Amino acid sequence: MSRPRRERLRVTGVEDVGPYALVRVDRGGLEPGVPGQFFMLEAPGRVLPRPMSLCLAPRGELGFLLDPIGPGTVALATLEVGDRINVFGPLGNGFRLDVARPLLVGGGIGIAPLPYLSEALERPPAVLGFRSEHHAEAAALLPNAEVVIDPTLITEVMPLDRDVLACGPEPMLEAVRALVPDAQLAWEAPMACGYGACYGCVVEVDGELKRLCVEGPVLCFS
Amino acid sequence: MLLLNASGCLDALTAPDVASSLDAFVTKTVTPDPRKGNVPVRIAETDFGMLNAIGLANPGRDVFLAETLPQLRALNVPLWVSVGGFAANEYAETCAQLDDVTIELNLSCPNVDEAPESAAEIVAACREATANPLYAKVSPHSWDMGETVRAVEAAGADGISLVNTLRGVALDARLRPKLARGAGGYSGPALKPVALAAVLAARSATELPIVGMGGVCTGRDALELIACGATHVALGTVLFADPDAPARVREELDAEATRAGFDGPTDAFGIAVHGVARPAN
Repeated sequence: MSRPRRERLRVTGVEDVGPYALVRVDRGGLEPGVPGQFFMLEAPGRVLPRPMSLCLAPRGELGFLLDPIGPGTVALATLEVGDRINVFGPLGNGFRLDVARPLLVGGGIGIAPLPYLSEALERPPAVLGFRSEHHAEAAALLPNAEVVIDPTLITEVMPLDRDVLACGPEPMLEAVRALVPDAQLAWEAPMACGYGACYGCVVEVDGELKRLCVEGPVLCFS
Repeated sequence: MLLLNASGCLDALTAPDVASSLDAFVTKTVTPDPRKGNVPVRIAETDFGMLNAIGLANPGRDVFLAETLPQLRALNVPLWVSVGGFAANEYAETCAQLDDVTIELNLSCPNVDEAPESAAEIVAACREATANPLYAKVSPHSWDMGETVRAVEAAGADGISLVNTLRGVALDARLRPKLARGAGGYSGPALKPVALAAVLAARSATELPIVGMGGVCTGRDALELIACGATHVALGTVLFADPDAPARVREELDAEATRAGFDGPTDAFGIAVHGVARPAN
């Protein structure tokens, strides 16, 4: 497993992808890690960094897709080329890639780790769900994906005979898990540290509290 | 001067390198029974700090002593064990089972119901149970810090830890509390003036060692706590954002002491206390 490092990295690009922002930084000495792992990104002017899974790993760079909805993500989305931010990672446990018939499932900003995952698995089929046409513009990051838009739900169209690797909002993950109990699911929670220090990022699954940063963010229950 | 972590702000077993970069590691608070802690959402960032309502999640005294403590000892970092409870005898029973560690009594967690006894009564019960160094971590909510500090000193404390978090609330866009528990402990940069005031007041009341903490992000922050009378300094929220903070703060501390006109950080010890006018009584 890649050893996490923390370095001050140069921003190489910030572009709009529908309502989302794709922020790219020089890779420096950081390893991209396994798809589904995440990095803590310094959000300028904020007290805490923000956890972001790796979206793209072009040569020499790390790319992160984020939804600018709060002060931290807005600070990240308004970075300019040449700015420098501290980046710490890769952290957590990513997806297991030893699957026979992968299907990638993503909802909204939860598609973030899927482009890098798709590359690692040599472009398996994918199903993505979005709340609007505008949000669905992000599907361009995964050109072979089938796309559904609210009110159609992913669970209405996804095949059930596949090894599912999913990331998205909690109700989507629970619905996917109900259909495919052994799916690998990437969860999300507010996180202060990303390395097991704060105990802030627990999620309750089946009555158990899991520290997502060290036991996840990808969890599998069967 | 020792550089420590604030209890609950570092897990030495998941981040042994960070723990090794400190002069001593302070554990998350250990309670007699296992605690899952509070339901999520447990943390929220604010403009100048963060709130947490973890709720003393820990495996309980028995598992801590049998499993966690041996693993921590293997790291070869001096250990401080944070002890919590819901009655004085609970604190004392844990203290009685600890050897060769410094004990910090958590008398001030804002996220659980407190023991009915006063801080001094809990310290007295623990003093009877252990000969280990005993630090009392008291609340910044204390109305008369001098009186609290004198009381825990009289009860047998060997040192004082200041400050724990302040109770705070943050609301979301729909005006509902962000934390599931409603209120949480407020930490981070906003806490520094509170910590400075508490340490200054405590130093005016005692000559015991004081661990100063609260909002320390830089070497300058640490130097200010020392100037107010802190013997040691602990890092809290900054460790979440910067696991390399211990080495950086140490380096900055020396440079800041020089910049302020001192030969070293310890030469600034208590310097701010002398500038405070004494009350007439």
